[in-house]
Amino acid sequence: MRSRVFKMLGRTMLAGGALAVAAAAGPAIAKDTINVGIATFLSGPAAGPFGVPGRNGAELVIDAINAGTLPAPYAKAGFAGAKMNAIFVDEAGGNAKQVGEYRNLVEKRGVDAVLGYISSGTCMAVTPVAEELKKLTILSVCGTPRVFEEAQRTYVFRTQAHAVGDSIAAAHYVLDKFKDMKSYTGINQNYAWGQDSYKFFDVAMKKMAPETKASDNPQFPKIFAGQYGTEISTLSLDSAKLVHTSFWGGDIEAFVLQALVRGFFNDKQVISSVGGSAVDSLGKKFPDGVVMGTRGEYGLLVRDNKEPLNAWFVEEYKKRYDAYPLGPSYQYANSVLALKIAMDAAAEKAGGFPNQEQTMAALKGLSWQSFGGKISLSLADGHQAVHPVGYGITKWDKEKGAATAVDVKFYQPECIYAPAGQNSVEWLEAGMPGAKC
Amino acid sequence: MQLITTMLLDGLSYASYLFIVSVGLTIIFGVMKILNVAHGAFYAWGAYGAAYTIGLASDNDWPDWIGFLLIFGSAILVGLVLGAIIERVILRKMYHEEEVLIVLATFGIFLILEDIILLVFGVNPYFAYQPMALLGSIKMGGIIRDVYSLTLFGLAILVALGCWYGLNKTKWGKLLSVVIYDREISLAMGINVQMVYLVTFVLGATLGALGGAYIAPTISVAPGFGIDVIVLSFAVVVIGGMGSIPGALIGALMVGILRAIAVHKFPEFELFVIFGVMAVVLMIRPEGLFAPEKARRI
Amino acid sequence: MLATAWNDKTIRWAVIGVGFLAAIGWLLPTWVLNNVMFGLARGLAVLGLLVLWRTGLVSFGHALYFGLGAYAVALLEKYTGLTDVFVKFGAAILVAGACGFLLGFVLRNYRAIFFAMLSLAFSMVLYGVLVKMEVLGSTDGFSVTQYTIFGWDPEGKYPLFCFIILACVVALTIVQLYLKSALGFLTTAIRDNERRVEYLGYSVARAIHIKYLISACLAGAAGGAMAMALGQVDPDSMVNWTVSGELVFITIMAGAGSVVAPFIGAIVFEFLRTYAFEWAPQAWQLIVGGTLLAIIFFLPGGIWSVLEKPWAKRETDDG
Repeated sequence: MRSRVFKMLGRTMLAGGALAVAAAAGPAIAKDTINVGIATFLSGPAAGPFGVPGRNGAELVIDAINAGTLPAPYAKAGFAGAKMNAIFVDEAGGNAKQVGEYRNLVEKRGVDAVLGYISSGTCMAVTPVAEELKKLTILSVCGTPRVFEEAQRTYVFRTQAHAVGDSIAAAHYVLDKFKDMKSYTGINQNYAWGQDSYKFFDVAMKKMAPETKASDNPQFPKIFAGQYGTEISTLSLDSAKLVHTSFWGGDIEAFVLQALVRGFFNDKQVISSVGGSAVDSLGKKFPDGVVMGTRGEYGLLVRDNKEPLNAWFVEEYKKRYDAYPLGPSYQYANSVLALKIAMDAAAEKAGGFPNQEQTMAALKGLSWQSFGGKISLSLADGHQAVHPVGYGITKWDKEKGAATAVDVKFYQPECIYAPAGQNSVEWLEAGMPGAKC
Repeated sequence: MQLITTMLLDGLSYASYLFIVSVGLTIIFGVMKILNVAHGAFYAWGAYGAAYTIGLASDNDWPDWIGFLLIFGSAILVGLVLGAIIERVILRKMYHEEEVLIVLATFGIFLILEDIILLVFGVNPYFAYQPMALLGSIKMGGIIRDVYSLTLFGLAILVALGCWYGLNKTKWGKLLSVVIYDREISLAMGINVQMVYLVTFVLGATLGALGGAYIAPTISVAPGFGIDVIVLSFAVVVIGGMGSIPGALIGALMVGILRAIAVHKFPEFELFVIFGVMAVVLMIRPEGLFAPEKARRI
Repeated sequence: MLATAWNDKTIRWAVIGVGFLAAIGWLLPTWVLNNVMFGLARGLAVLGLLVLWRTGLVSFGHALYFGLGAYAVALLEKYTGLTDVFVKFGAAILVAGACGFLLGFVLRNYRAIFFAMLSLAFSMVLYGVLVKMEVLGSTDGFSVTQYTIFGWDPEGKYPLFCFIILACVVALTIVQLYLKSALGFLTTAIRDNERRVEYLGYSVARAIHIKYLISACLAGAAGGAMAMALGQVDPDSMVNWTVSGELVFITIMAGAGSVVAPFIGAIVFEFLRTYAFEWAPQAWQLIVGGTLLAIIFFLPGGIWSVLEKPWAKRETDDG
């Protein structure tokens, strides 16, 4: 009781102080709550495997920050003292619709910032609008590097590393563990993420192991097509033994189910860059021996990692949602955390509640310990994150009755991303000069 | 050679699937002259019904073969309940309206049913792989195939034979042809046209739901997957001739095999071939390849 | 010509109403301005459908022209860097019009459900191409980021709003004058009895071809305007069959009573969607579908039939 009174007193004083400074220096007026729009798939095939785990991750961390129950060093309540009121919106329905929804969030509902976005397509679409409307936007999951390499962004940040690292790490892992792979093919969705993922994997393989042969018939079905019988036949006929896929959001589950019955996984070595959701949703049905990535130190690969923030996140998530957190849960949680850290730092520096410019200045180039390892916004002039990316091999643990990953190996950012200021694709095609692995 | 066999098998398997989903659409159009957009919703509901009940059965450790009963059971249930409600409550009041307005009404029904799925079943995907896993796999033409998809051929043939028998060899089928030929005269002759319409619509809905229920074990059953099916089955039905059952068969075969060739050889044209063929057929023979010749009524 | 137009009561009131909108536009909150702008843009396509509907034809494939217009604008900006609204808008109309003119030769021989299905097939061909071709953006589409007016690079959307309003007034005037011309009067005659029209010495096919061309141009203009207003094009929200369905839905909701109705209907639709999405994100299709059924059953004349009564009364007063 007493401590609560003190806390309240402290908060009031802080707010009072903030107000005084605000009046003097002219930054934003202290707020009790900030409204933040959070976009994630709430309907359509990607909702179950991606959207909802992402929303859960965000919700968990927002509630913890509002209540001040995050573990150290983030135990201070609030976002620069303010509580976050999250407005969740559905990311389904096409890019044009998302652009309209983004405008509504900013112009109609007056949010202070926008967070989230899973699909690379949506990220590409909303980024120019975010710049136009000058609204701080933190992208959480999407992977195409084009977002920051087509133009320099001012208002848009991404707390997730881009697809180049996922693909290069995949190539490294394959060449490390499967030395006898002579040729490869792929099945990827026909849009920014799938096209980029395979293209980068292909170039990385060509540069790192010129003797391997690429298939002349990789498959690019439409996203959310659902039925892959014919594509599986095509891949089966292909002599390439290694199959790269960046399927996600319902498609990976469908693909695994259809391929599994056809003995596909006995014949082919599949490497999936982001199929973690299927490992959990299919449980013991999911085949052993698939190379699985989680796009960072997230999900399946770090389930038993005892690093305190990760342990807290896994435990609290399990308690609240009765499931393990997946990649998207981490990715959304990390975006929320980044906003908190930036706002707290900006508040301290400004001596009061920070305005958007101050928050952005604090966010730029930020480096922080997240729920999934250390993340640094070191590319694209401090707007684009890098962090290690790892792969492991799926294995069903009978005793625990849970999915696990063995032979997990992480690749450090110096090894898998172009140095700051360089174009990823050009760097990749030049043979990744300066990469330290 | 191996490629040709594979393309043929892939094509046939996809064609069987297309035939099963679109035959209900063509029956409803043939008898009632309604182009039923809500067909996609029946498909989705059938899939959800099957996936949900198979999941329940698996949770209770029932034997896997029960899954097949559940597939047919949920298709019939969905067809009976949704079909009857929609026909009696909405469509019955609309038969005097223009065709196009009825299409729009079914579009409205489709939108409503899609969202009710979301409200009832939530957004998490359902898996009902047990029946597919039960049947295992077989090596054909050099590659391994799952037996479950091959049973689609059998089901398609069964459905085709069933429709043919029902229409040509039963009293009911004759009644149907009379109603198709002239609704007013049938009424005057004391045929219960309302009943015929109700039964036809329920039958069509059941077949649509069966398509979804039967495909459910092979996919991740998730919201929003009824949308693409509608235009696909439109294409099949239009190519073969709206209202013609052999037409639906031919349409399904053409689309299935052309798509298989496209995916194997020209992946970029996968969707283009389907609708390209639809447009070409409509331009050359608007009534479709197999439509019965009709006298023009003035 | 202008005097004839001004003498037409509908045009006169529409110009006054729209001029009023333009005048208060800069006072509106941005989101309202946006929604009105989207509504007006979509209204152009609905106006095109209305022209066909008066003849008894319903196209389930006008997303073809909507999409062509939108992609013309996006591709023009991406590959040539041209950003002038008049150029973009002109390109949208030109591309859609050219395609409509060619397909018109085929479609003019079709009626009822066959007309609807063939239009659907054509639109899905475009959808199939866009979705699978990487150079055309596949499912991602493109951003449309800039617009200029005769070299002027304006800040904000208000100038674009005025431009779209201008386009709507021009379109509305042309269509109204057309419908009142001899050719236009054939519209309902064709719907009622084609044979009789032929006996009178008119070519029904040619009359329908002209209507089809007009409606294609309008839908293309709508797509172009939408792409500029929204800043994004993609196949699922602009070319898929559901988009055609939406356009037909708005046509029915608005009612065919007047050339003003499509714009009112489309604006109502934008707001309905915005609020449905905000209040019931999981059930907004249910709301739209329910509205559609309710209108078909209880308000067959659409929204216009409600507005029409006071309107008609004033007409007698005037007369």
